[in-house]
Amino acid sequence: MSATGIGAAVRRKEDHRFITGKGQYTDDISRPGETRAVFVRSPHAHAKIRKIDTSAAQKMPGVVAVLTGEQLAADKIGHLICGWMIHSKDGSPMKMAPHPAIASGKACYVGDPVALVVAETLTQARDAAEKVAVDYEPLPAVVDPAKAKAGAQIHEVAPKNTIYEWHLGDVKAVEAAFRSAKHVTKLDIVNNRLVPNAMEPRVAIGEYDTGNDSFTLWNTSQNPHVARLVIAAFIGMAPEHKLRVIAPDVGGGFGSKIFIYPEEVACLWASKRTGRPVKWTSDRSEAFLADAHGRDHVTHAEMAFASDGKILALRAKTIANLGAYMSTFSSSVPTYLYATLLSGQYDIAHIYCEVDAVYTNTVPVDAYRGAGRPEATFVVERLVEVGAREQGMDPAELRRKNFVRNFPHQTPVIMTYDAGDYNASLKKAMEIADVKGFAKRRRDAARNGKLRGLGYSTYIEACGIAPSQAVGSLGAGVGLWESAEVRVNPTGSVEILTGCHAHGQGHETTFAQVVADRLGIPIENISVVHGDTDKVQFGMGTYGSRSGAVGISAIVKALDKVEAKAKKVAAHMLEASESDIVFKDGKFTVAGTDKAAAWGDVALNAYIAHKFSGQELEPGLKEGAFYDPTNFTFPAGCHICEVEIDQETGETRVVNWTAVDDFGTVINPMIVEGQVHGGIAQGVGQALLEGAVYDKEGQLVSGSFMDYAMPRAENFPPFNIDTTVTKCPSNPLGLKGCGEAGAIAAPAAVINAITDAIGTEEVTMPATAQTVWAALQKANRMRPAAE
Amino acid sequence: MYAFTYHRPTTVRQAANLLAKHEDAKLLAGGHSLIPVMKLRLASPPVLIDLSKVEGLSGIELKGRSIVIGAMTRHNDVARSKELQEHLPALAEVPAAIGDPHVRHVGTIGGSVANNDPNADYPAACLGLGATIVTSKRKIAADDFFTGMFSTALEPDEIITKISFPIAKKAAYQKFKHPASGFALVGVFVSKRASDIRVAVTGAGANGVFRVKAFEEALAQRFTPKSLDGLSIKPDGLNSDIHASAEYRAHLVGVLARRAVADAVKR
Repeated sequence: MSATGIGAAVRRKEDHRFITGKGQYTDDISRPGETRAVFVRSPHAHAKIRKIDTSAAQKMPGVVAVLTGEQLAADKIGHLICGWMIHSKDGSPMKMAPHPAIASGKACYVGDPVALVVAETLTQARDAAEKVAVDYEPLPAVVDPAKAKAGAQIHEVAPKNTIYEWHLGDVKAVEAAFRSAKHVTKLDIVNNRLVPNAMEPRVAIGEYDTGNDSFTLWNTSQNPHVARLVIAAFIGMAPEHKLRVIAPDVGGGFGSKIFIYPEEVACLWASKRTGRPVKWTSDRSEAFLADAHGRDHVTHAEMAFASDGKILALRAKTIANLGAYMSTFSSSVPTYLYATLLSGQYDIAHIYCEVDAVYTNTVPVDAYRGAGRPEATFVVERLVEVGAREQGMDPAELRRKNFVRNFPHQTPVIMTYDAGDYNASLKKAMEIADVKGFAKRRRDAARNGKLRGLGYSTYIEACGIAPSQAVGSLGAGVGLWESAEVRVNPTGSVEILTGCHAHGQGHETTFAQVVADRLGIPIENISVVHGDTDKVQFGMGTYGSRSGAVGISAIVKALDKVEAKAKKVAAHMLEASESDIVFKDGKFTVAGTDKAAAWGDVALNAYIAHKFSGQELEPGLKEGAFYDPTNFTFPAGCHICEVEIDQETGETRVVNWTAVDDFGTVINPMIVEGQVHGGIAQGVGQALLEGAVYDKEGQLVSGSFMDYAMPRAENFPPFNIDTTVTKCPSNPLGLKGCGEAGAIAAPAAVINAITDAIGTEEVTMPATAQTVWAALQKANRMRPAAE
Repeated sequence: MYAFTYHRPTTVRQAANLLAKHEDAKLLAGGHSLIPVMKLRLASPPVLIDLSKVEGLSGIELKGRSIVIGAMTRHNDVARSKELQEHLPALAEVPAAIGDPHVRHVGTIGGSVANNDPNADYPAACLGLGATIVTSKRKIAADDFFTGMFSTALEPDEIITKISFPIAKKAAYQKFKHPASGFALVGVFVSKRASDIRVAVTGAGANGVFRVKAFEEALAQRFTPKSLDGLSIKPDGLNSDIHASAEYRAHLVGVLARRAVADAVKR
């Protein structure tokens, strides 16, 4: 391993610019003649819009335009779409309701944009927005997903507010297995709704070039090419070649910046209407109301066990809240990203899952760090833990008994696990967490009036979603390959153009490490270009922990081509046969001789083309590749959480955290550790603190950081983090992905630990002090006096 | 934020005159409650009177058996005050638990007391120690000062200049933080000064800070946590929201009061 190659904890190249304040975020960009946009948003969760009077607003100082949904429709701007088709059990397609960028006729959630004010300054736009008079006729709001089917119908296309009633698995086989079970564990689970809260709020700048009849959109996107594709092909703003999308530095996404949002469409449209660049910057209050939320499942799940603790079958019935409209990938999250992971790390013969997706009068719900897989892991890991307790078995032992041990392993829910050693990560985690010493720690805590609990989460996830052919057959509207271009300059330095997009992941470092490792050149001589549709060929962006497994694999494929071409150049330079050229440590040599050419010389010769004729070889050294995986990747591992609970207040403190993850090959252990830290923090946030709460009128009660509790450093102990490695067999470097693992594993580990401590399973997320206290009160009341 | 007229007087008299002259004027102390709501356009005072340059409003002094703190003294200075560490450490704990370092370096004791946020910490300390709020016009006992949620005995043109805290031999503050805001979900300040025993509760009451007479009477028998065993307050009239029900708040009042007494007797 070299100091900067694969496996080295290289400091992040991008951090110099970030920590010195030189990052270039969308809001840092100002265009000549720029105007500012403010959206008028519905204060009602569900209301008819009788009339919008913009006359007073138009007269306000500095106002350039006041635009409404009617004008948007008149200009034939298309609706936002959901790009993943799901069919119901009965074969009918999902009920996708029209979603205009600016509501027309009806508002469907608090925060739904109903008008757009464009003015010279932000303050002028805000002042004018207050003068837009909207005459609403409030309608009954549907908020609770479990009651959505009986609520007022939100969209004409969706009776009973039902988007689809989907299922996966063999219901008859599952029923038979449950009939033969010795023990059945049943749980009712609410997977709490979350607000993503990326540090950088969303921003969009639309600019129309009258000279070329073309548009540029600067936005906070995780996947600028997909944004361009959708805005061109479905929304019809401009042909694809007349729309450039630039996503510069982006300050966190966690999924919430994958989607194509109304504000981006509206700013582009307004820029053509006004002839001026139009910039919108979300404030934090808007972000709470208008960024796609995450999770929000209500599930009943059951697990059937044989007398020896072997899991026979699992069944789950889930209601998934997709909010007021179907966001870009919303339909896939509670289906193919959820039910396909219900086998966990276990050999379960029979699984059946039903998912009803419903509309409610809340902001759309879509992928959020983990996207479906945290929900699946929570179901499986709670069932296993509770099943073990109910049967008087050790939860680690029950897991071991059921682990998948032979690979490849076909689950009953589509996935083929390719490689893993689940027992190895469990064993290592138990050693690091000192599970053996837990009984004593628990006794010590009890002497101080505290309750200690220990919870496991042996999770699995599916990352690098693909192959494209497979996801296409499941309803995906796009392929999920990735592209790369390796551009070698005449002086030997290298530019990597990738269709992935970095918004905190450190691609500028890890991608460069892969290239440095392969070409034997200093990491400083490599730069990574991403986030601009005019620069990068095409790409699918970054989400679902795909940038390593898919994005880097594309780079490796392009590097293969570069190396092959460079060998041809070297063969001409060294007057040898191409097959005798060996490339190692940045040097080309002729096998069995001392003849050699350095990397830089070969690069230069490729461009000056003095040593070969055009008939023999094309000049230049630049290669591209599209990489389509042959399978998902399956990161897995074991997290162990130890909590201490104050019996009097119910306050839970996480006192120990152990994570042993198998991410396959690790390129930069420091960055991986950072990803695990962040993931755990978000997962613990979900388990203990975070919860988006709408009241029954559909008002977001947790609409600011005063009411929505984000995790803070003080909520965590130092983490014990380690890895085990089984390489992914389906991609060249054996990468699996690490971005979501913590968020997927953590919630179940926390709740398993809390329920272990307090001796009752009735704890919902977020397990706030009050929730735990109330569960303790209830358990104490129900406990026989003799105990 | 809407436009407003800004004044920056240098004396209390000037400030009071401005306040008397402009009916809807607001005083700007640390601004940590006022500025955010102005930025959100939820408040739009036409006139702001900035107290930051008014002389003589900051500082902490030992005066006889009292500690006197200027209204514009920042939380951080109170938390780190040597006088308080020596004579009244329980009072230093109160601002130490407010917000984060940024807030503590700008927020002021006078601003907090005048605002009387029902979840703020200082009102509990004032009531729990039997402080005297000194204004541009008079002296007001803490028992008469806090009149309800965000409401005080201050007259429209009256400015807090300092707050005088009698030194109590035994005192302590216990705060259960709101998980999101960091304000007091419930906070309890207890003190014992000769025969004057006080238990003041913030965060719980729908009308703001209040004293718990039943606890005080029990503690008057013997100032020990055991005296509060089995005692609780009724949830009626307590706040209830997504973070804590009235029942839970009532329960926390008992727990925190016992813990505060336990801390106090250790001093």
